[in-house]
Amino acid sequence: MALDTVAIAQANPDTNQPFAELGLKGDEYDRIKEILGRRPTSSELAMYSVMWSEHCSYKSSKVHLKQFGDKAVKTDALLVGIGENAGVVDVGQGYAVTFKIESHNHPSFIEPYQGAATGVGGIVRDILTMGARPIAVMDPLRFGPADAADTRRVLPGIIAGVGGYGNCLGLPNIGGEVVFDETYIGNPLVNALCVGVMKHSDIKLAKAAGAGNLVVLYGAKTGGDGIGGVSVLASETFDATGPAKRPAVQVGDPFVEKVLIECSLEIFAEDLVVGIQDLGGAGLSCATSELASGGSGGMKVELDRVPLRDATLSPEEILMSESQERMCAIVEPKHIERFLEICKKWDVTVTVIGEVTDGERLEITWHGDLIVDVPPRTVAHDGPVYNRPLAKPEYIDRVNAEVINVPRPETAEQIKETVLKLAATPNLADKSWVTSQYDRYVQGNTIQSQPDDSGMVRIDEKTNLGVAIATDANANWSYLNPYEGAKLALAEAARNIATAGAKPLAVTNCLNFGSPEDPGVMWQFAETVRGLADGCLEMGLPVTGGNVSFYNQTGAVAILPTPVIGVLGVIDDVRTRTPMSFDRAGLELYLLGDTHDDLAGSEWAYMHGQRGGKAPIADLQREMRLIDLLVAGRTSQIFTAAHDLSQGGLSATLTEMVLRHNIGAEINIENVGTTLISESPGRVVVAIEPAKADAVLALAAKQKIAAIKIGTTGGSSLVINGADIPLSQLRKAHTETFPRLFG
Amino acid sequence: MKVGVVTFPGTLDDRDAARAATHAGTTAVSLWHNDADLKGVDAVILPGGFSYGDYLRCGAISRFAPVMEKIIDAANGGMPLLGICNGFQVLCEAHLLPGALTRNHELHFLCRDQKLEITNNQTAWTTSYKVGQEIVIPLKNGEGSFQCDDATLAALEGEGRIIARYVGENPNGSRNKIAGITNERGNVVGLMPHPEHAIDALTGPTADGLAFFTSVLNAMVK
Repeated sequence: MALDTVAIAQANPDTNQPFAELGLKGDEYDRIKEILGRRPTSSELAMYSVMWSEHCSYKSSKVHLKQFGDKAVKTDALLVGIGENAGVVDVGQGYAVTFKIESHNHPSFIEPYQGAATGVGGIVRDILTMGARPIAVMDPLRFGPADAADTRRVLPGIIAGVGGYGNCLGLPNIGGEVVFDETYIGNPLVNALCVGVMKHSDIKLAKAAGAGNLVVLYGAKTGGDGIGGVSVLASETFDATGPAKRPAVQVGDPFVEKVLIECSLEIFAEDLVVGIQDLGGAGLSCATSELASGGSGGMKVELDRVPLRDATLSPEEILMSESQERMCAIVEPKHIERFLEICKKWDVTVTVIGEVTDGERLEITWHGDLIVDVPPRTVAHDGPVYNRPLAKPEYIDRVNAEVINVPRPETAEQIKETVLKLAATPNLADKSWVTSQYDRYVQGNTIQSQPDDSGMVRIDEKTNLGVAIATDANANWSYLNPYEGAKLALAEAARNIATAGAKPLAVTNCLNFGSPEDPGVMWQFAETVRGLADGCLEMGLPVTGGNVSFYNQTGAVAILPTPVIGVLGVIDDVRTRTPMSFDRAGLELYLLGDTHDDLAGSEWAYMHGQRGGKAPIADLQREMRLIDLLVAGRTSQIFTAAHDLSQGGLSATLTEMVLRHNIGAEINIENVGTTLISESPGRVVVAIEPAKADAVLALAAKQKIAAIKIGTTGGSSLVINGADIPLSQLRKAHTETFPRLFG
Repeated sequence: MKVGVVTFPGTLDDRDAARAATHAGTTAVSLWHNDADLKGVDAVILPGGFSYGDYLRCGAISRFAPVMEKIIDAANGGMPLLGICNGFQVLCEAHLLPGALTRNHELHFLCRDQKLEITNNQTAWTTSYKVGQEIVIPLKNGEGSFQCDDATLAALEGEGRIIARYVGENPNGSRNKIAGITNERGNVVGLMPHPEHAIDALTGPTADGLAFFTSVLNAMVK
């Protein structure tokens, strides 16, 4: 293909351009022509196509996401808010923590190992880009039915990819989710979260300020992988009969990224950069246009200087390539020598590819010919905004009217059978088969990881300051009521932080949905954002950033609305955390919070093929009082253990508690047919020394939280209302599922 | 006493090993793979990780790093040298220890709390343990299956050079459940599980691993 330059574009205004193949709509193409006052060159078209994709531009979600700004929580804790690579939160003692979740759903369906691996790699670079040392990762995952053939294809590859990349980076994996549902077949969800820590003064931003400063590309060489990943893959519905899209999936090399992290941290420590941006989705198109528009706008780049893995790549391909493990820094000329030295020490390829100018345009040349001449904001930020039609789907009223009719465990035999079935069902079964493929020990600061309610890492060895993170989504509730579903997921994630005694501080999210071109899906999305924004405002938790993944559908079948909510908390002394289970007999067990007949969206109902009913209504005031209770209980060391109730209700919580340290319990509960299986939100089981009973009751009374004694610890069985379930039998049921399904 | 901790590109557990050495009362000194200088250390740890991305074979490239030349000389002169996980792989590639570490028999990376039995407390790194003592420390690797020929295995067994064995189910298919071995002299030890991740019960499953690091202090003080 002949080189298309700005001069040629001006001289030949009517050349036919493949905008539709690049994922642009006709009116979007017209708008580009309007902005430029001419047709775009093929390189400009490539840049706009990737940057105006749904994935990069948030064109369908923007009008809704602005609620996070409109309903923003007044807080001093947020040091960097939405819009940068990741939000930054003040956690005290001069430390700042940054965390974010991103999706890598479509690539992981096509090429499970590389899709998942580069998902981890991408989010880790986002965190690094803020100036932070990445300290942990988490991976909320969703798959089709556990016994489906395609699940057996994608799950082992995705787990191995998450592990293969994260392990090699030396990042402990401290938690996540593995959930199965038939709507995810063909659209597995791979969300990856990374958390990093830095001192306040070390925060870095994506900004190209200062004319004469150098634009430096460092890290891996650019190859032909991942070209158009964001526009072609992430922003279109899969067509069941379409051609394979594997060339659009990036291929990762975690060793290169590990070296890049250490090299970058050494560069940051010497304060050698003015601004920095990683190359992820949309590659150089994104990095150059975002850096330039973060500054005054002017930047010149000589694209032919970019080191290539494949010398035959065209300038358009170089601009669109999503080759992994690359970073772009803005460096003052006086620091460049030292910058190059550090790269040399780490054997990292580094090239000065351009400089910041005092103009307002991003100009890119190819062997001297001008091939891009654009106002960078129009590429990075002024993408199209769609107010897509939305309509409440017809299914909502229909399924909300359904009455749940499931077997209720009443006799000893039924109780035992129910507990064993819930313990073994794939959504609740032991996930060691997955988590044992992840390194949870590296860096030596992991305090909690799977199967704890939240992950927790120490960030200061002297003061024992730590952070806790949990991610949660309950897509069954979101399906029934997306507004309440989002609030309930937020409450659950916050509660999971608080059970260990950490104080929730900030929120991130990854909103996974079907096609925004479906008004029903768009309504689910709008309701979710409204619920999350209202919930965060009510709970006083700032939203630090997030990610939207649309087009998770095959044909007309969309996934369940799946807002994955991540909550970050802080704990002043990790040594005082409340563990999730008890390691001795003779403790008393209390159930905190009210239990109602909440079976809609429950695991027990799902196991009986029932997805209808009404989702619970979130009571966030009560949730906040429960959180205060849990944090106060930890501070005064009242609890020996505390564990959240969520999917699988009391049955699942007790199963996990007794199996953790192989200490049984004897439980007596009223209304067992509901209490054992209900999933009413806002509940926790705590274990205490008998002498602490008055203290717990006083704390509960103060916070107006119901507290009832349900039993005592000890023995080698879980005994519920006389139903004796030997721990060995319970363990067998709980642990055999994954090895049986996945080898 | 100074303990050197080597960082190759791709090393991950260097900070953890340094922390463990410090915890045990020694002074940790970081050594860079490209330096041909041991900075006067009395002992060296090759920590875990994926040095050079495990390209070619685990440890095959690191073995040729400039710092290794000095380390090999010093070890041949009796300096205590501990290779953990990837470090063990490097020691085998460097022929300081016999055998090789191959892919786990179940073909997955495996991270778990592993019970070991200490079977030799006469090496520079195990004197703080009792023979027969059972300890629990993390095991985490993809290529931890110890393999060697029958003659080597017989020699290792006959000379008491197996320093630790896995207890219970064999986690990775290692011959004779070998978790760690030593050289004839007892100064070089290779261990697949990670004692540096078990120096306190807050961050590790136990504090059982710390004695590897106090052992070397005792060995030097004697």
